[in-house]
Amino acid sequence: MKATTTFAAGLLTASAALAETPVLTVYAGDYVVSEWGPGPKIEEMFEAECGCDLQFKPGDLLPRILLEGERTEADVVFGLNTDVTKQARESGLFAPHNVDLSPLTLPIEWNDDIFLPYNYGHTAFVYNTERLAEPPASFDALLEAPDDLKIVIQDPRSSISGLATVLWVQSVYGDEAEAAWEKLAPKILTVTKGWSESYGLFTDGEADMVMSYTTSPAYHIIAEDDRTKKAAIFPEGHYFMVELAAKVASTDQPELADQFLAFTLSEPFQEMIATGNWSFPAALPRAQWPEGFQELALPETVLFYSEEEAAALRDEAVEAWRRALSR
Amino acid sequence: MASRAVTLSRGSAAALLAGLAVAALTLGPVAAVLVRAGGWGDLGPGDWQALRFTLLQALASAGASVALAVPVARALSRRRFRGRGALVALMGAPFILPVIVAVLGLIAVFGQNGLANAALRWLGLPEMTIYGIHGVILAHVFFNLPLAVRLLLQGWLAIPAERFRLAASLGLSPWAMFRVLEAPMLLRIAPGAFAVIFVICLSSFAVALTLGGGPRATTVELAIYQAVRFDFDLGRAALLSVIQLALALAAGLVALRLGAGSGFGAGLDRVARRWDGQGRLARLADGLWIALAAVFLLTPLAMVALRGLPGLAAMGPGTWEAALNSVTVALISTALCIAWALPLATRRGELVGLAGIALSPLVLGTGLFLIVRPVVNPFALALPVTMVVNALVALPFALRILRPEAEAVRADYGRLALALGLTRMAWLRLVFLPRLRRPLGFAAGLTAALSMGDLGVIALFADPDRATLPLQVYRLMGSYQMHAAAGAALLLLLLSFGAFWIFDRGGRVNADA
Repeated sequence: MKATTTFAAGLLTASAALAETPVLTVYAGDYVVSEWGPGPKIEEMFEAECGCDLQFKPGDLLPRILLEGERTEADVVFGLNTDVTKQARESGLFAPHNVDLSPLTLPIEWNDDIFLPYNYGHTAFVYNTERLAEPPASFDALLEAPDDLKIVIQDPRSSISGLATVLWVQSVYGDEAEAAWEKLAPKILTVTKGWSESYGLFTDGEADMVMSYTTSPAYHIIAEDDRTKKAAIFPEGHYFMVELAAKVASTDQPELADQFLAFTLSEPFQEMIATGNWSFPAALPRAQWPEGFQELALPETVLFYSEEEAAALRDEAVEAWRRALSR
Repeated sequence: MASRAVTLSRGSAAALLAGLAVAALTLGPVAAVLVRAGGWGDLGPGDWQALRFTLLQALASAGASVALAVPVARALSRRRFRGRGALVALMGAPFILPVIVAVLGLIAVFGQNGLANAALRWLGLPEMTIYGIHGVILAHVFFNLPLAVRLLLQGWLAIPAERFRLAASLGLSPWAMFRVLEAPMLLRIAPGAFAVIFVICLSSFAVALTLGGGPRATTVELAIYQAVRFDFDLGRAALLSVIQLALALAAGLVALRLGAGSGFGAGLDRVARRWDGQGRLARLADGLWIALAAVFLLTPLAMVALRGLPGLAAMGPGTWEAALNSVTVALISTALCIAWALPLATRRGELVGLAGIALSPLVLGTGLFLIVRPVVNPFALALPVTMVVNALVALPFALRILRPEAEAVRADYGRLALALGLTRMAWLRLVFLPRLRRPLGFAAGLTAALSMGDLGVIALFADPDRATLPLQVYRLMGSYQMHAAAGAALLLLLLSFGAFWIFDRGGRVNADA
């Protein structure tokens, strides 16, 4: 009996000691937590200011949190994309972020009270200047290019960038989207499950252009001092892609969660995220971007569907893609 | 004494238990997903097309793999040359490669920029493209030909040497020898090999997509992925996975019917010496088949190695940790799988085991997550769940390898053991396990390698601190670290192959196979 009491007392002391450092659980995309992703840096920076223990949990963000419902142990979700925000919002599992949005420097207007952007990019075809000296100057020119110009894209049914591509074509060509895909079809070398496989094929020299992001060349410039990879900029415009964080409504650490969300828009975080996640910072003037990023060509026109529009268009846009490429 | 003797073929409690475990681990998750979804979903517009394509490519891939395996295995079974053992082992490597690594290796050979096209250009011939349904089949043959060759080779080696001696002394012509000895063996072994490869190809996803060239090459597994990850339509995912499961079990049933029939009876385990096929033409044909298979299977592997070498230095400490995790996972999965497979190495058991690979990993992972979640934190279970699932997925292969010989041992030595009144332990220790040594080594090697290369149970069970090596390859690629990823892939290839070689070798210590 006495032993039990002592043991229980020991447990109490131990949990009290643990309770002194509160834990903030952040569900994040798998790439975030890898030693090459931004996760380790974020953890170090935030723990220095919060006196807490930030724990990243990698995995499928939305499916997982929808499966868990209100019993989730997540306090914050980091790395959502706009294609799932509607579903996420309707689940009622997320709470307003209470962060002042005026520092945002996005190319589009953003006043969402739940989903907070921390970095962005645009869809773009990336090419190698040594292989393709004169890339198509516009989307139209790409459609009309000879069929031996080979591109690799991602499947919109299994990849976020693939879905963004389909919405991009939809926003440029509207009702003519299916016809545009039909013109593009003979140039599509293959369609991959995710971005990594496509980019791997491109760097292996399999294709002339790869569906990627306007920010991709920055990696090659900064990490490899290689200026041969460029994004082709089209006057028709480029589709906007943004990554978002949100606070989970059932969190047991609401203050810490708020602090973390505010931290993602802070200057130190924003200065780190460009090279940490190879994306444009969401709240940092261009003059403060890392040098390699300042070199990048930026699209004049930025295309974007609100989540309502995207939800309404999505199934038909994917079907048009599927029909055109199945012929 | 007789009551303690073994009941050799059926009805043991262990078999029942093992079978129930498979059923629980496959049907349980589907049921959990279904309950959560609140009913079956509807099939989407592309789903029927996906189903048709899935069936078509799986039939073609399994057919081509087994058909090509026949001459290659035959050639290997009747030729002796230096390095044959190493070649047989090396040729098994594609089967154990993680998908993405193998695909990049294949593309390095057959892609736009690959060796094959370089050769064609040099010869002034038109270039080829790997992208399309033929590319999908080519890749599936690349993956599965080694398995088919090994399964058939095992069949050839199981023909007792005495039979060939007898055939030779009776002066049978090569054709008669084929008809009397080899054809019956093929009829017994080939349907099972076809079925297991058909089932693997049914759930193909990344290969079909990457090499298929677009949505024409959509498989059911992609539709499931879309339903779970994008649409969160669990009802549809459950429906699709049950269709997939039913197709696999149907294939298994057909194979069981076709593959019935008895073996050759016991022999004295001498190395089979062949008196047929000594003509110059036969030797040339055999040599050609072996050379073609070796070039087809080994060149992409060499390219993976070549691409990976410079990346080995750039991998970072995380990759080495991941490698250690993968080795641990592989060893435990292997022990689990073999213990699971031994009682199930019967006809019915093999059918049950097929379910393990036929169930969509995504549905399996989601279902397990739903079951486990109310009780324990899934993050804490990441590695244990990966081990169990790896064992489950490898089970059909282990059974395919073990079952024919396990049955033969039971048939040939069962009565003797009964007459001697061997206890169950004595039977296992003195007769069953020693006689199964060769297939056990092969099965353990395959399981270890598969567990090393498997992506595990998808991201729902991802452990933040303990990645496995295949996951690490994907993470590196996702962070633009293509060189490091190639290095990690090479490390994975070496570890998978090393594990396979050690176990397989262990099973063949004194056998000239």
